[in-house]
Order: sequence, then structure tokens, then C-alpha cells
Amino acid sequence: MESIKDKVAIVGMGCTRFGERWDMGVEDLLVEAAYEAYEDAGIEPKDIQAAWLGTVFSGMSAMTLSPLGLQYIPVTRVENMCATGSEALRGACYAIAAGVCDIALAIGVEKLKDSGATGVKGPAIIGDNTDGSSSIGSGYSAPASFAYLGTRYFSHYNLAPEEGKRLLAEIAVKNHHNGSLNPKAHFHNELSVEQVMKAPIVAWPLGLFDCCGVSDGAAAAIVVRADMAKRFRADPIYIKGMAISVGARQGTIGSGYDFVHVEENTRAAQAVYEQAGIKNPRKEISCAEVHDCFSTHELVVYEDLQFSPRGRAKEDIDAGTFTLKGELPVNTDGGLKCFGHPLGASGLRMMYEMYKQLQGKAGPRQVKNPRLAMTHNLGGNAGAGVGCCVVVGNEK
Amino acid sequence: MVGITSIGAYIPIYRLSREEVGKMWLTKGSAGGRAVAGYDEDTVTMAVAAALDCVKGNGRKVDGLYFATTTAPYKEKQSAAIIASAVDLDKECDTADLTNSLRAGTTAMKGAIGAVESGAATQVLVVAADCRLGAPKGRFEQILGDGAGAVMIGSTDPIATIEGSYSIFSDFTDLWRTNNDDFIQSGEVRFIEEAGYIPTMQEAVQGLMKKYSLAPADFSKIVFYAIDSRQHTDMAKRLGFEKSQVQDPFFGQIGNTGAAQVLVSLVAALEEAAPGDRILVAGYGDGSDTFIVRATEHVSTMHHRKPSMKDMLARTVPVDYGRYLSWRDLIPTEPSALPERAEPSLAPRWRERKVIRALYGVKCRKCGTPQIHTIGQSLRVCIACRAKDEFEDYKFSDKRGKLFTYAIDKLQPTKNSPGLNGVIDFDGGGRWICELTDYDVSKAATGMPVEVTFRKLSQGKGIVNYFWKAKPVLE
Repeated sequence: MESIKDKVAIVGMGCTRFGERWDMGVEDLLVEAAYEAYEDAGIEPKDIQAAWLGTVFSGMSAMTLSPLGLQYIPVTRVENMCATGSEALRGACYAIAAGVCDIALAIGVEKLKDSGATGVKGPAIIGDNTDGSSSIGSGYSAPASFAYLGTRYFSHYNLAPEEGKRLLAEIAVKNHHNGSLNPKAHFHNELSVEQVMKAPIVAWPLGLFDCCGVSDGAAAAIVVRADMAKRFRADPIYIKGMAISVGARQGTIGSGYDFVHVEENTRAAQAVYEQAGIKNPRKEISCAEVHDCFSTHELVVYEDLQFSPRGRAKEDIDAGTFTLKGELPVNTDGGLKCFGHPLGASGLRMMYEMYKQLQGKAGPRQVKNPRLAMTHNLGGNAGAGVGCCVVVGNEK
Repeated sequence: MVGITSIGAYIPIYRLSREEVGKMWLTKGSAGGRAVAGYDEDTVTMAVAAALDCVKGNGRKVDGLYFATTTAPYKEKQSAAIIASAVDLDKECDTADLTNSLRAGTTAMKGAIGAVESGAATQVLVVAADCRLGAPKGRFEQILGDGAGAVMIGSTDPIATIEGSYSIFSDFTDLWRTNNDDFIQSGEVRFIEEAGYIPTMQEAVQGLMKKYSLAPADFSKIVFYAIDSRQHTDMAKRLGFEKSQVQDPFFGQIGNTGAAQVLVSLVAALEEAAPGDRILVAGYGDGSDTFIVRATEHVSTMHHRKPSMKDMLARTVPVDYGRYLSWRDLIPTEPSALPERAEPSLAPRWRERKVIRALYGVKCRKCGTPQIHTIGQSLRVCIACRAKDEFEDYKFSDKRGKLFTYAIDKLQPTKNSPGLNGVIDFDGGGRWICELTDYDVSKAATGMPVEVTFRKLSQGKGIVNYFWKAKPVLE
């Protein structure tokens, strides 16, 4: 089995401002993200030979991409819960690596705020009988499914509730600080630890500010054969590894799963590091965008991605390891928490930030001399999910 | 000899204080509180709980289930079949609903006695439950209470034998609900008592004593229906019974449980009866059924039941008037801002019938791992050893477990917010993610012992979506 390492390059990216985009429909978001990516890559729409579109709820089939005016090229719509954006990128990259096309578009979009409801439509339980028709799925909210991680993490590592809450608050405070430096983010406010800790509880231990924004947005990437990349730009970004890990709901069906890590994250990370030839992720990864849908998840992701040893994320949080000026900055653009989470777009939005970071174009959020960066998503829940990791670098 | 071989009861933990009702309407509330079925409970779920309590530790074959109520969840569709399924009775068990009369509980008992006496059945489970509605601000709102009682009628080692019975019917209109009534309608209070209740009860009880040449002094207890405690006290006197002979009907702590009232009281009487005690039982409604129940030497096995009626009376959680109204759909409330969930579809519900039945999962024949799918999908490939189609059925509804982790959910669209959801590890293996009920969120903790209970998961415009939830073990 060959690794995808250095076979594909990203030569252009686009990302809309995320947020409650009452002013924009799905079609506007798609056009805005795609045309920024075309311009960034220096290509014309007619240069696109194939496209992958990711969306969870905002349209069916490849025809959702019709607003771009593409002319009879192959288009594939993909869906993989919160990993949908990364899944679109994966499809496009594999096609390039297979040699079946040279220039492809990966684009993700989600319009969550037209539903008229708060939160994300649920529970579209994986594999259930056509959208919630299973009569006996529990009716809990998305925050509740990630609260399980917090409750258990506190209990497993003997963290007093106040101490656990404070750790989670530090994550939200960091992400809001980063987002405040980002004009495209959904939110731009800084938060204090006290504000986060005193916010109304949504699902203990998660308060309002432990939960990510429910947003509209789109993001896009132009991918090409690595050997062609320099024709498009001097600073292309190379794919070093792409991994997805899907279990069989072992965590929710079989006993024994500890709810203080996510096996799908852990396996996807192991796989992507192997593809990229990374031995010590903590030292080799310069910055990362991880799936902080809820602060409890970012906490365990530090450990799943081997940034912190098991049970010791606390030490790194306290040391400021993951802040912009820290040893391994995480969620430099504000993360899902502050940048927002339009499901189908998020994976590509994360890549947009890592791409800009690796090109040295992240402005006030710029990380020093980055070489390797990674994105991470989890679709589904702890115990039954879709773990996804992508590693990119600015050197071939 | 035909008799009662086991007993069971279920009283919801919630109590609405009558003082609270009085405050609401600026009237004087009566003393005590009334039992209120939880927002996820109804007549069927309470009956399942009482029936499970009754068959507990009794593996003998049950070949009949008679269910008595005036508040069946469906006008068309049998409740007894739902109950028999959740209790996991044999498919050949006879099931029947006896409805529309307050006397349905004792009539079901009489039918069961007849079936066992005739040899048509060996063991018949009689369950009665009611969850009647009085109109807000009215007298029934305070009088009524929710609950269920059960007796097993059989002939092997009975805890009490049935020494005799006597029934009369009477087409007397005192209380009624037509198809279009949500609330109980009533004739003028003194009229229905003087022309209906008093003469009917006297005729039936005196008829029974005359038939068997017995007098009040021959009975250690009398268990009988009355609408409230005033009527109850008055009737005991009229029938010639001393205060000490009268079984407390728990009007103060539970309220009038309708068709279940006599069975609930009988359960309490048998929990304290001595061998040889004679109990007079009299149900009322469109006539009266009366019985002579005599405790045997086996009655002492009922003295330490868990939970006992005393336990159920002691474990209470106050519910405020607003919640009571919303739980009974008596007041419109703002819908959740979350997207609506789809209504349950009949076909997947049918495919999931074994899980719904008694929380059946599977156990792998190859590696022995018990497993259950959180949303009831069929498991074909073992989660542990990947053997395909090597499963045997494995029942989880009779297992206890521990809360491995939990989430207190303020967004969950529940009528008892905040919701509590948990990951349950069953004793003996198997993990299940589910909703909890009857919890105190301040006591939620990892490692908390839980058991499962049959509840309404949702009820939309269509069917009642019964399923299992976990609840804290109260001991």
C-alpha cells in the first residue's frame, strides 16, 4: 500500500466569513469560497476537471454544486458527518493521486441557520433507519453526547469539578482569543476564564461557551498533482497523509470503552503519522486545527493526537502549550468554538488556516516557522464516530 | 385451592401537594398529596411496573394477563398485549383488557379466579392501573391519584385463598366519561352517594356475609372502594367494621387510584396479614364485587417485600402544579427550540420489537459477550469477536447496572428538564446508552446503581412510543 505523501498539492484555497449569514444562501456561500480559491490558485473555473462537494444537510446530490456553473464535469457529493469537509478533500486528493485528473476542486458548505431552529438537526444517528425513524434512539442533545467525556474524564483522573471546569474554560478562552484576531470568524469576542465558568450550563460540565457556534459557511481547495504545483504558485502545500478511522460503535455497544479518549481519533492519528513519517508528533507538528465542537473533546484530542501523554493534557493547558505563542498552537483561527461550525465546510476551513499558516500568511495569528500542520475532525460521538486526520507540509 | 400466589404494586414517586393546588386556585387544599404519574408514565407503564413486581422471583408459567383500567392509552388497541410483552410473558398467554368501570380491577380478579377454578388457566396475572384526570380547579383534581396494583391468581402455594365471592351489578350513573370527555363527569354528590354508593355497597357486602354466614367480627381487615376518606370512614361504620379492621386506602398519600384502588389496598393488607387472617374485599362501580380472602401460612413471605407499599409511600418527590399540568398536557408550553424529532415509524418499531419487548439484546455464542444496540438495530456481527449470526437472545430488562458516565442535558426537549442521559454498564456485561428517569440530578454520579423501567419515550401525534429507560435503584 502506497502512502499519499507528496503526491498531491493544494495550490489555492477559499473560505467565506462564517456566522449567521442571513444574507447568503448555499449558492452564495459556494460561489464566494470557490472563486476565492480560483483566484488564489490563479486558475479559471474551466480549469477544474472534477469536483467533490461535501455537505451534511444543505442539499442533495452533486447538483447542489450547480451554482458554480461548472460545465459537465464529474461532481461527487460526499457526507461523513462532521468530517464531511475533510472527506471532500480526501476524494479530490485521491483522484489526483490516481492520475484520473490533474486539477480538482474540493468544496464544503453548510447552511445551518435557515432551519429556524437552534442547534443542529438531530439525531441523524449513523446508520439509523432513514433519518431518525428509529423509534428508540435517545433524545439527548449534541452537547450531552460530549458531556459524557467530561463527566468521565473528571471522574477517571480525579479532577474536582471546579478544576475540570477551569481546564475546559482555558480551552474556550484560548480559542476565542485566536478567533478575535480573525475577521472571518463567527465570533470576535475575547472571553475570560471566569466568564466561561459562570456561563449558563447547557449539559454539565459544558456551559454555553464550551459549545461551538452553529454557523453558515463554505470553504474550498484546489488540488493538483504535486509535480505540477509550482506552476501555480511558489508556495504550494503538500499532502503528507490523510486518514479516516471508523469503528463499529464498540464504545457504545461493548463494555470497556473508557470515555476519556476517542479510539477513532487515536487510530486516525496513528495512521496519518505513519503515512507522513512522523515519529514524534508533539515535536514535529508545528500547529493543528482540531475538532473542538465541545471543549471536552479538544481536551481528549490533545491526548488522542499524542500532543500530550494520556491523562496529562492538564499540564500542557496550564503551561500554555496550545496557545498561539505556545509550543504547539492549536486552533489558531479560533476553532469550531469561535470560527464556527458549518458541518460540511469545517474540515476545509481548518485546512484553509493550516494552508495560510504554512505559507506565512496568517497575519496576527502567524505561528513561527511552521513546517508540518494537521487538521482533525470527529464525526459522530465519543464511542461511535468517524475520526479523520490530514497532515500537510510546506516542503516536498 | 385457588388463591393469590403473589402480589405487586407500583406508585409513582411524584406527589402533588393538595395545599399547592389550593394555593393555585385560592381555595383550601385538602390534606396530604396525591401521586402523580411522571411525564413519561401512563396506565400501561405503571401496570408493567406492578406486573414485574408481582412476577418477580416467580418463574412459574403465567397463562393469562387481565388488565383493568378506565384510562387505557388507546381506544382501539389492547393494553394487556403491550404489558404482557414488556413483562415478557409466554406468547400463548391469554390477554384481555377490562375497562370502562371502576370495578374493572375486582371484575378482572373474579374472572381470573373463575379461569383458574375451571382449569382453563393455571396462573393468571391481574393488573389494574389508572391515571384519571379531574378538571383543573375541580374536586377530582385533588381526590385522584395514579398507581397500579397486581395479584397473581393461581392454586400452587397461595399466600391467600379465595374463600368466597359475591357480586351484583347496578346500572347507576354516578361518574362517567363519554368518548368526548377528558375529565370525569359526576352526578350531584349526595345523590350519587345516597342512591348509588351506599345501598350498592351495603347490599353486596351484606350479601357476601349472609351467603357465607359471616359477620364483621370474622374479618381481621376490610379492603374496599370509596371515593375519598370521608366516604371511606363513613362506609366502614355503616358496614359494622371497627376502625382497627379498616385497611388504610392511602387517600392522604396517594389519592384515589380508580380501578386500581382495591388491588393497591389489598397488596398493603397482605403485606401485613398473619396466617389465617380473613380479609373482606369489595370493589365498586356499576355494582360491586366482593371476596373473602384468607391468608395462608405462605403470607409471611410477603412481609419483607422490596419495595413494600411502605417504601413506595416513603419515597416521594414533590411536583409543582405547573409541572403537573404540563405532564398531563393540560397546559400548552413553548416547544423546544431544537429541531423536531421525527415521529416513530411503525416498520422500524416492528423490527425493533424484541428490544422494545423486554430490552432484549444478544449474547455471542462464540465469545459470550452480551451486547445491545443503542438504537435497537439488529446485531449480526459480534462487536467483540466478529462472529457472524452466532447470537442467542439476551434479556437486559431484568439486569441492573451502573452509570459509567452521564450528561445532564438542559437542551433536551423533556417535560422534566434537565434531562439525564447515561452510559450504562450492565452487571454481567453489555453497555447501553439511554435516557434516565425518576432521577435527582444532584445525586447523579459515575458508578450509581441503576435498573431499567418501561416508559413512554415520546408521544407525538401518533402512537405511544414505549421503550425502556434507566432509573436509580432506590434501596
